[in-house]
Amino acid sequence: MSDETTSRVDVLVAGGAAAGLCAAIAARRAGASVRLVEAAPAALRGGNTRHARNFRIAHDGPARYVPDGYRPEEFWADLVRVTGGDTDEPLARTLIRASATIAPWLIANGVLLQALDQGVLPYSRRTAFLFGGGKAMVNALYATARQLGVAIACGTELTALRFGDDGCEAEVAQAGTGARVIAKAVVVATGGYQADPARLRIDFGAAAERMVVRGSPYCTGRGLDLLLDAGAVPVGDPASAHIVAVDARGPRFDGGIVTRITGIPHGIVVDRTAKRLADERADTRRTHYAQWGARIAACPDQLAYLIVDQDGLRRAGPTALPPVAAPTLAELARRLELDPAALDATVRAFNAEAAGREPAVRPLTALPLAAWPLLPGLTFTHFGVAVDARMRVLLRGDRVAPRVFAAGTAMAANVLRHGYLAGLGVTLAAVTGRIAGEEAARAAA
Amino acid sequence: MPPREVVEEAERVLRLCSACMYCDGVCAVFPAIAGKATVPLADVAHIANLCHGCRGCWYACQYAPPHPFAVNVPQTLAAARRLSYADFSRPRWLAAGFGRRAWAVAAVAGGVTLLALLLVLLTVPSGILFGVHRGDGAFYRVVPWGAMTTAAGLSFLWAVGSIAASTLAFWRSIAPAVPGKIVRRALGPALVDIVTLNNLGGGGHGCNDAGERLSQERRIAHHAMVAGFALTVLSTLSAALWHHVAGVRAPYGFWSLPVLSGTAGGVLMLAGIAGLLALEVRADPAPAEPGETRLNRVFLTLLGLVAASGLAVLALRETMLMGLALTLHLGLVTGFFLVLPASKMLHAPFRAAALLRAAIDRIASPPRRSGGE
Repeated sequence: MSDETTSRVDVLVAGGAAAGLCAAIAARRAGASVRLVEAAPAALRGGNTRHARNFRIAHDGPARYVPDGYRPEEFWADLVRVTGGDTDEPLARTLIRASATIAPWLIANGVLLQALDQGVLPYSRRTAFLFGGGKAMVNALYATARQLGVAIACGTELTALRFGDDGCEAEVAQAGTGARVIAKAVVVATGGYQADPARLRIDFGAAAERMVVRGSPYCTGRGLDLLLDAGAVPVGDPASAHIVAVDARGPRFDGGIVTRITGIPHGIVVDRTAKRLADERADTRRTHYAQWGARIAACPDQLAYLIVDQDGLRRAGPTALPPVAAPTLAELARRLELDPAALDATVRAFNAEAAGREPAVRPLTALPLAAWPLLPGLTFTHFGVAVDARMRVLLRGDRVAPRVFAAGTAMAANVLRHGYLAGLGVTLAAVTGRIAGEEAARAAA
Repeated sequence: MPPREVVEEAERVLRLCSACMYCDGVCAVFPAIAGKATVPLADVAHIANLCHGCRGCWYACQYAPPHPFAVNVPQTLAAARRLSYADFSRPRWLAAGFGRRAWAVAAVAGGVTLLALLLVLLTVPSGILFGVHRGDGAFYRVVPWGAMTTAAGLSFLWAVGSIAASTLAFWRSIAPAVPGKIVRRALGPALVDIVTLNNLGGGGHGCNDAGERLSQERRIAHHAMVAGFALTVLSTLSAALWHHVAGVRAPYGFWSLPVLSGTAGGVLMLAGIAGLLALEVRADPAPAEPGETRLNRVFLTLLGLVAASGLAVLALRETMLMGLALTLHLGLVTGFFLVLPASKMLHAPFRAAALLRAAIDRIASPPRRSGGE
């Protein structure tokens, strides 16, 4: 491309969600000139941080925004529990240690945290809540970055990356127009690849067909691909992801928190043949819904239905879209296009079983009935590139890329290769972004 | 938008909000819908009046357009709020003032002012009208005391009566069925919320008054306007005392309580109104509802004209223009009171009622705590 413009900057950050923004701010505060490119247009900037709510922090005692204490050892134990111990321990310990100071750092950079006496927050000693949620955090960090003099371009994607020991050369594209950027260091914080349907089909097979992506449609994995193509060491399992049950009527992308269906322990879940998938009350912890994504993904057409009676409807939390309601089971079967005889047999069998387990299990008897169609909803993937404790990307052949850093979901699999831990995403993004930004500024100095 | 669509949109949006609740710390609206999948019809009016258009939830909303859910809470609730003014205004034909015939409000106020000017010009000899009057009863030489107090007094009584009836009708529809003891316990906290504009503080860091940046501008301007208004009430009451009890007739000296409080009140009110109008002009139109914006601008402009004309009387009272200034002021005051029940004024008592209901709910049925992933 002969009409390409070339510009120079100390640190180029790709990705404008929590990780990229924290990296850009940290690098700028360390004295580097910084340019940030975000693939999404301004109205949809901020990746999956837009859908975040709270973040997990180790702390010794109560603060304005978090009660009691959560010791680093407890944090570590929780991480070991959900990952089965399959985690990069030095990196995980770095993350936990740094989580203790990330809340004041975010506050100093304009992020508002919700005070404990504001609103109707549930008790949570492990996590601090973002005032207004993740989009408010994204807005605050963009404002701070801009104020500090970070050059920001939304709707701009990293499309090529070459690097060596002396510097990096990147190509970024905005609306089809490319530009060359010579940078002394690059931070890749472009998230996962869950918004690339072709990739999902390769990794998840038929289950990917109707998979709903709960987060940003801009997490296409391009940044990860560029790193892997340049020799980065992959970590995690591309076919592993955090998948939950979501309302099938929600949008294909970006449904976020509101289309998640959490009322499963209050009803029964059946597939298109009206058969139940599993015991809905086997696990009633807050994290139960994480097990249902894979179950629904294995159903015919990846489609299932949660059916509750009036009692269950009262117990199930509010949902974004009203459930399908019907005065009788036969009518509900008709509306859901299920075989009425098969559904009747399933409900009879369930009610007979429930009779012996009351009050823990209640039969579906309080008419009218209500139902939600369910699809598997992908939250995030357990795959990325390997990094060291300074967030430098590790290359095949035991080499380190001294000027290329990864932060956020792009490297989350170093710590989280399985499972899910509430509030870990934002903590990981902010902590690794901050470290990557500081290290990138040092590399550029 | 037809009324049914306004309510349906409010129900759709509030259902989504109650499933999300990321904004529960922003204002009183979200705790009021916590855990509620469906919001009863009467509660839509209540919740719409709990919203004061701070826009905090608009900038924080992950479902704002271009998201397909297209959630716009401030705009949706502003439309529902305007509908509640129309639904509960008494007498019922005032409802038209909140809809398409909103221009009639300005027309009535303007018409009455012109009428007053016309009457004075036709009936008062120009020698008196344009004369310089000083001393006890100077004003009444141009506009007789009886005419003055009858016009202003009757229009004032009409405004108070109508707004009281409207507020009562609104309160009846939203009042929760709780013992009087709980209502009395809620009065204190509700009064604090009403007087301090607590919700306009965004929990200490301010609101999105004009755009993404947080500020306290709207709260400060609103406080100035209300304080100014209160001072002009003090001015009117003290003047009545001077007149009826002390037997001293206007005009009063600059350092007298009626003139001093009236002057300070007028200046404060104008400053507040200027601040609020400037915000109306500067503010990002995306979360605004055009109907409410019109109500705001008409009300602020009328109140501003009343305040400015009052100050003009003070400034010109020893010149030949006193008569015209006085007539203009009296015409504006009378017209203002006449249209007050069909204006944004309803916001004050309706919001107070909604805040009382919210305070009662906090005591009687604390919201279900929810949220977090």
